[in-house]
Amino acid sequence: MEKTVAPAAMVKFGTTQRKDAWWAAPTATVAVLTLFVIYSMVRAFENNYYIAGPYLSPFYSPLLLFDWWPLSPAFLILWAPAGFRFTCYYYRKAYYRAYAAHPFACAVGEPHRDYQGETKLFLFQNLHRFFLYAAVVVLFFLWHDVIKAFSFGGHFGMGFGTLVLLVNTVLLSGYTFSCHSFRHFVGGNVDCFSCAKAGRVRFKLWKGVSSINEHHMLWAWTSLFAVMAADLYVRLVACGAIHDLRIF
Amino acid sequence: MPDVTFKVFRGDAKGGQAIDYPVPIAPGMVVLDALHYIQGYLAPDLAVRWNCKAAKCGSCSAEVNGKPALMCKTRLDSLPTGRPITVYPMKTFPVIKDLVCDVSWNYDVNKKIPPYRPAKDGRKIYQEDVDRVQEFRKCIECFLCQDVCHVLREHEKKAEFAGPRFFVRLAGLEMHPNDITDRSEFLKNSSGLGLCNITKCCTEVCPEEIHITDNAIIPLKERVADRFFDPLRWVFAKIFGRK
Repeated sequence: MEKTVAPAAMVKFGTTQRKDAWWAAPTATVAVLTLFVIYSMVRAFENNYYIAGPYLSPFYSPLLLFDWWPLSPAFLILWAPAGFRFTCYYYRKAYYRAYAAHPFACAVGEPHRDYQGETKLFLFQNLHRFFLYAAVVVLFFLWHDVIKAFSFGGHFGMGFGTLVLLVNTVLLSGYTFSCHSFRHFVGGNVDCFSCAKAGRVRFKLWKGVSSINEHHMLWAWTSLFAVMAADLYVRLVACGAIHDLRIF
Repeated sequence: MPDVTFKVFRGDAKGGQAIDYPVPIAPGMVVLDALHYIQGYLAPDLAVRWNCKAAKCGSCSAEVNGKPALMCKTRLDSLPTGRPITVYPMKTFPVIKDLVCDVSWNYDVNKKIPPYRPAKDGRKIYQEDVDRVQEFRKCIECFLCQDVCHVLREHEKKAEFAGPRFFVRLAGLEMHPNDITDRSEFLKNSSGLGLCNITKCCTEVCPEEIHITDNAIIPLKERVADRFFDPLRWVFAKIFGRK
């Protein structure tokens, strides 16, 4: 016979009866997100090597150069995608778990007892839809950059960088348009599709967005890696560390 | 047949202890089978709530190896072998005896939800209107989502938070094509929707695989944002006179 405490007394951080590797996913999330934030900050402050031939780094797109702005032009842009990701329903889950440990994993004791959820200061999470609007505008410029990346000295062509930017923008589009707020916007706010104006169209749109929304986490991670890879590729080509492979 | 040791919580609201029971296992066994064996041969006074043994009544909720689960749906071959299997009652609710909890708080919460009120025009309802709502009707009220939700489990905010099960019910009512009750104020102020930080544990444990967070809680949060946190929508409504 083994004596144990009553279930109600399980309150310390990490206290659990789970026998699986419950710590693995949040630990990986901390590692990857921290790496991404450090990389993006370094690149934003670097303020260099963001153009290579027809390629423009997504961290600097659209390129806004003003005399009155003393810092890197990346900061005029990055607030939009950063705010979009920070208030994203998927990333909220990821960082509430990984950084705040609220909870670190399901059915695992938490470190602090005070908890307000998404009330008070965290009401700002309701701004997610406005960051979505801004992210759609940025996305428009990223597609413009992809089209430009097919132009080499006025001639149609394709380099490996074109593919990198294309894949990045496709993944960012998937991430943006699988957003829960977008899903709500196109039809989620309708109660009666058969009675609403353009209800059938909105129902089809809602169904379509719902199908990609199911994979929002996948879009979130793949687009995060893609945007970092695209920026890194442009940087390496721009500083001469590698040469762009011209496909045709 | 090899034996597996089950560490089963025995006790009541004052406390208790896990007691080891060796149980012979057979192919296809679920945790509830093992508890029936314990009741039948080793501890006839073991209290276990169960009914259908088909994952449809939601009675046999417990924590198996620390994870909230239906005991009738948890196969032994899905658990790690060679180690004892722990079976505890749901942590969020007061224990009555052994594995049986008092879940009556949930029924009190349910009574506070503004009920369905049909439109008077007798609308015809089409399939596309009820597609979303049908998912929510799958809920079997096992309360595993309530058990795993850290707002209730760790922070004990039962007085101010309805919990995922009732957000599912609220979503079903709010999205009902024929319902005319406005629950915006209730959602924002009384249900404690803002306390949910969408960490999806409820979705992970739902035996009916209802997408609680994505399809119920987040759409409700978006509706609250529509009503209380969207100045553009407010201006649009003022100009065009629409809700």
